[in-house]
Amino acid sequence: MLIDRRKFLNTLLGLGGIGGILSVFYPVFSYLIPPKSSEPKVNSVKAGMNSAFPANSSKIIKFGRKPVILIKTEDNQYKALSASCTHLDCIVQYKQDTKQIWCACHNGTYDLNGRNLSGPPPKPLEEYDVKIVKDEIIITKAG
Amino acid sequence: MGKRFLYLSIYALCISFHSNLTAAGKNEGKGTIAVKEDHCYNCHKELGNLPKDYSDNDIHRHADISCSSCHGGDPTTDDDAVAMSKAKGFTGVPKKKEIPGLCGKCHSDIGIMRVFQPRIATDQVAQYYTSMHGKKLLTGDENVAECSSCHTAHQILPVKDPRSTVYKLNVPNTCNKCHGNLELMSKYNLPVNQLDEFTKSVHGQALLKNKDLGAPACNDCHGNHGAMPPGITSISHVCGICHVSNMEYFNSTRMAKAFEENDFHGCEQCHGYHGVQKPSDNMIGINPGSKCVDCHKTGDNGYEAARKIKESLVNLRTKYDLASSKLIEVKQKGMNDIDIGFLLQDAKQDLIQSRTLIHTFDAVKVGDKTKEGVGVSNKALMLSQKEIDEYYTRRNGFAAATVAFLLIVIGLYYKIKDKEKKGNK
Amino acid sequence: MKNILSKIISAIDERYDLTPIRNLLLHKKVPEHKHSIWYYMGGVTLFLFIVQLFTGILLLLYYRPGEDSAYESIRFIVTEVKFGWLIRNVHSWSANLLVLFAFMHMFSVFFSKAYEKPRELTWVSGFIILVLTLAFGFSGYLLPWNELSFFATKVGTDIVGIIPIIGEPMKVILRGGEDVTGATLSRFFGIHVAILPAILSLFLIMHLLFIQKQGMHEPDEFKKLPESQKKYIPFFPDFALKDLLLWVIVFNILIFLALYFPWELGNKADAFASAPKGIRPEWYFMFMFQTLKLLPAHLLFLEGELFGIMIFGAAGLVWMLIPFIKIKHREGWKFQPLTLIGILIVAFIVIMTILGYLL
Repeated sequence: MLIDRRKFLNTLLGLGGIGGILSVFYPVFSYLIPPKSSEPKVNSVKAGMNSAFPANSSKIIKFGRKPVILIKTEDNQYKALSASCTHLDCIVQYKQDTKQIWCACHNGTYDLNGRNLSGPPPKPLEEYDVKIVKDEIIITKAG
Repeated sequence: MGKRFLYLSIYALCISFHSNLTAAGKNEGKGTIAVKEDHCYNCHKELGNLPKDYSDNDIHRHADISCSSCHGGDPTTDDDAVAMSKAKGFTGVPKKKEIPGLCGKCHSDIGIMRVFQPRIATDQVAQYYTSMHGKKLLTGDENVAECSSCHTAHQILPVKDPRSTVYKLNVPNTCNKCHGNLELMSKYNLPVNQLDEFTKSVHGQALLKNKDLGAPACNDCHGNHGAMPPGITSISHVCGICHVSNMEYFNSTRMAKAFEENDFHGCEQCHGYHGVQKPSDNMIGINPGSKCVDCHKTGDNGYEAARKIKESLVNLRTKYDLASSKLIEVKQKGMNDIDIGFLLQDAKQDLIQSRTLIHTFDAVKVGDKTKEGVGVSNKALMLSQKEIDEYYTRRNGFAAATVAFLLIVIGLYYKIKDKEKKGNK
Repeated sequence: MKNILSKIISAIDERYDLTPIRNLLLHKKVPEHKHSIWYYMGGVTLFLFIVQLFTGILLLLYYRPGEDSAYESIRFIVTEVKFGWLIRNVHSWSANLLVLFAFMHMFSVFFSKAYEKPRELTWVSGFIILVLTLAFGFSGYLLPWNELSFFATKVGTDIVGIIPIIGEPMKVILRGGEDVTGATLSRFFGIHVAILPAILSLFLIMHLLFIQKQGMHEPDEFKKLPESQKKYIPFFPDFALKDLLLWVIVFNILIFLALYFPWELGNKADAFASAPKGIRPEWYFMFMFQTLKLLPAHLLFLEGELFGIMIFGAAGLVWMLIPFIKIKHREGWKFQPLTLIGILIVAFIVIMTILGYLL
């Protein structure tokens, strides 16, 4: 080996050192950059704008892992309930004519308080709280 | 059968004491009477000859309705000659043919029933006489069911009480008492395998094994007091009570019309009745074993529709299965599976809805839904792949860092050795 | 590059007189003998503590204390923040390695009798640092707010409550109430990120100052050698390089553990759920936990558990004051009584820890 031992070792150390420092600082700097969903939002979920939500309609929202059905009644009241039917977990829907919640799988119905009215569902739907903050709809777990 | 004989013999014993064997007399004692003042009950209890099927939980007993309300006689006296006299309306054991009328004396009279239960129905007897049981009873058939056959005579419990013979979970066994009896049913050319079939069916499993009260028992399809097997026109409506979407889709098709014209049995034609199983994707399509090819031949419109529908379904199912197994891989690798799980739930919903849409027999409708599902499954696949890639990236990153550290370690080690050597010199 | 560096150094030297530092760097030396490997233990412990500080501060940027947010914020860190999984797992693993090396450091100091005069206070401050480190572990363990942490905290604080007279009030103050609740979480968070770091820094600085002032302890065999035969290596750069080498290796192992044996998220704590089966504390508390489990219900007139706690308390106190306890030297004994006691204690801890996992 015609390479000077000392220089070789220094180069080795230098390369290793830079590599080592990179493998520490690259993760740290990436960590500092805020991720796209900038906060863990499983306890409250934003569900759109109040003014853009028509009365007597509904939509399905993701709440963490759970589906939630958000309903705006005719008199502009909001109701948020678990959208998982308590019978066999199908996603329920809001019927604008009967103003009840209905499950297409086996004809289960619930009222707007989530109470199971008819058909197979054995239990009511879990309720969620709805707040309007500056025209934005925010759904949170029931207090 | 033997039990009935036992009851009759015990009654015969009582009757031999009292020798009053006349038919329906005036029904005295319609009012209520406290148990301890009811001499019918007290004497027979003392004598130890209360009816074999007697239970203190009996609903009539609970409502303080005396034995005399059905059997006549006078419960206020303990003089048995008076208590069980014809003059006091004592009728003893009612004849089978008389029973509906006997029960109906109260149960068909809303004026009486509203005292005890304002909302109770009072049409049971009327309905009963429209049923096969009722019709046959009127001709004098002693084998058919009357009120006490299902409700019992002396341990009647409300439908909602889990101990009742007519509680939902107990209904199949109650009906089976007669309908499972070969000797009895052969007289009418009726099968005896209904309970067997039902137990193996998806409804039976749900009701009897999983205790799901949302599942149907015999009376949900056949009716209670007016029990009849559903006629051809009613089958899809009966199934449609719970399976609404399927019924609505089916009834709007040309198939429904064709079925009616050909006397096909609606839902039952493809799905069976008592032994209905969870449907499989094999039932649709052009493969041998599918229901479609039972009627449709190669080249006709139905055949084509079946083929296309099956194709869409298989497409979605394969994609969904693939996405599910990828999700399992993500979970096993300990990576983030939350959003993927959500997408898969949507895809599963799409798959279920596609299968329901089969009943429109419209390949376009089914195809649109499966396309949705495939889109969602693809998204899930993409996300899963991202997570799995990240898993390997991390390990590769670590390997690279380790190489860097290894270089440092080797460099340092030799540097130290050199320094030591220099120090020794 | 070197020129700029030396220019800066001389500028500072002009203003602040860096002579003591220069002296330290040039003249500090470390004895070299067959047991000098143990000299590294303290350094590794310090290194791991620095790692904890660093990763802890990073976690602080995303962690949110509170019943409704703690668990979710950790899930967020581990799933959505870039390299969050790495920072969290390094923090958890480093905590455990830290305790392990702290114990190894303490026992190596004990067996080499480095605590003897003039280093008594170094030992005392070191023991206090160990206790603070265990407190760090206990308080930090609750912060993920999962089932395991919740019940471990419940059991741990219950044990505090057994101490007579002061036990109950202490327990209530620790818990921020009668039960373990979100209030407990807030307190433990404050303790973990503010109170303990402040106190520990104090004692750590004292500990390090003492060591710099007094230099490394030399074992008796070394001390007895004639001057010419005493081998020393300069701290800077020789020992420092060896230290660095070991730190790099430990760091690599740490990251390996973080990647291949990640810490679980667990299930979110539920005050109304029953304790999961096989609930037990972290391994460094296991020996005490197991001892308490094995003690009979009553000993003399005391409750078994209380007896156990008092024994541990007394033992800890005695252990801390070892430098001030004189035990007569026994002639002809292979191991002196104190050494024997030390061996027994290590054996006790190891056996009890193993039993805790087997039973």
